[in-house]
Amino acid sequence: MANIVQFENVGLRYGTGAETLSDVSFTLSAGSFYFVTGASGAGKTSLLKLLYLAQRPTRGIVRLFGEDAGALPRNRLPGFRRRIGVVFQDFRLVPHLSAFDNIALPLRVAGMPESEIEGPVREMLAWVNLKDRGNAKPPTLSGGEQQRIAIARAVINRPEVLVADEPTGNVDPDMAERLLHLFDSLNRLGTTVVVATHDFQLINRIPDARMMRIERGRLSDPTGALRHPPGSPQGQAPA
Amino acid sequence: MSWLTSDNPEHRLLDESRSTRSMLWIMAIMLFLTTLAAALGLSMASASAALDRQLAGRLTIQLVEADAARRDAAARTIVQRVKALGQVSRVAEVDRTRLAELLQPWLGDAGLDAELPMPAMIDVDLTSGDPAAVAAVTRAAQAVAPAARVDRHAQWLSPVAVFLTTITLFAAALVLLMALATTAVVLLAARAGLDMHRDTIAVLHMLGSTDRQVARLFQRRIALDTFLGGALGTAVALGIVWLLGRQAGTLGSELLSGVALDRSDWSMLGAIPLIFALMAMISARAGVLRALGQTL
Repeated sequence: MANIVQFENVGLRYGTGAETLSDVSFTLSAGSFYFVTGASGAGKTSLLKLLYLAQRPTRGIVRLFGEDAGALPRNRLPGFRRRIGVVFQDFRLVPHLSAFDNIALPLRVAGMPESEIEGPVREMLAWVNLKDRGNAKPPTLSGGEQQRIAIARAVINRPEVLVADEPTGNVDPDMAERLLHLFDSLNRLGTTVVVATHDFQLINRIPDARMMRIERGRLSDPTGALRHPPGSPQGQAPA
Repeated sequence: MSWLTSDNPEHRLLDESRSTRSMLWIMAIMLFLTTLAAALGLSMASASAALDRQLAGRLTIQLVEADAARRDAAARTIVQRVKALGQVSRVAEVDRTRLAELLQPWLGDAGLDAELPMPAMIDVDLTSGDPAAVAAVTRAAQAVAPAARVDRHAQWLSPVAVFLTTITLFAAALVLLMALATTAVVLLAARAGLDMHRDTIAVLHMLGSTDRQVARLFQRRIALDTFLGGALGTAVALGIVWLLGRQAGTLGSELLSGVALDRSDWSMLGAIPLIFALMAMISARAGVLRALGQTL
């Protein structure tokens, strides 16, 4: 499988502080499923921000779809971002827009004619089991419903890479499993999925997934071959 | 007209319920003042042009001669000779009774005394203010009476013309200042809008929205506020200008009758909201693009 993402000795520093990420190197194969784990503050979100182009690395090379993302001119970023779906930990739905309009956003941003938008959006609403909630505004939706709307928005454009930051952090275990099932089904359609989580029970639900572990800004298992941290019982996070 | 309506889903991307309508009222006030200043400038320019047209070729020949018979004979000869010149449209000696009436406030009834030596006054209208024609009239008059003096009306009223030109320039400067102030207000509004909608813009960017797409949301809103507020302010200002024009018309002043707006002036004033809306749109676009250019 072709490499869709490649990090080479990547470092990230916010302002003049210490490096949040240091010497991070890994590759992601197209169509694979990856988990990024690590304790809170380890650098998971920063790693994802580099992936979905919300940050540029302060050193090293981030190669996306075969191009050096760090060297991309600003006017080429939107084109790259449209190839990446993002599910934020805090959903980031637009509160004054209906669920329908939130899901339709990527299509409208891409310039799709209005007449061609309704069908795919209704399809996505049905896919996330919210076909009757299309007119609801995010503040009236539960956390799980908002998360599903966020996922529908992230995948409606059929992105090549889906990045999800703690997507199950705000939902109950049942909903977490259903969300993971959505990611898995999307992955089976060919999308590369990267999920940041520290929920090892969740990780065990996708046995084929690879795992990258971040500790204090460094990747401790860049190959993803090490399914669980050494010395920890399978399925349990280390103490 | 979908540009104006909120049916277009793109227009709902920014939560307009969060923005106040203060921009609309600010623009109404600014364009009210701008329209008044522009009306002042245009009417003064029009008055200045009218004054120019009226006075450019108007002369008065003054013939001072104590002997009434000789004075009258010389005046008649001058009228005949000047009439024969080219570029002269009218020559007439001012009626002596009329002269006496003009002098009555200073001389009282003595001005009506036939024995009182008064100069002969000859009004001359030229087809233009060409200095050569004025010189020809002067030569013709002085050939008959070397003491004859030719006065150009334009020369006497030149301070008035200068004053009118000064007011016109002042009004133009005011309009320019208002345009600059409007641009500054628009840039501030755009910046405030960017701050207010920062979260939505961040989401749009992450979904692959271009800076131009984001700028379009702001430029539309700001242009609309400028146009609607401006139309209101301009309408009120035009009403006031019309009322003042009507009042000036009833005064019967020859000078004030020139202070009138013609159809092209009214059209120009009516176009102010549109011109300012375009200007606001361009300023907002430039401001938003510059601000977004500093982000990733």
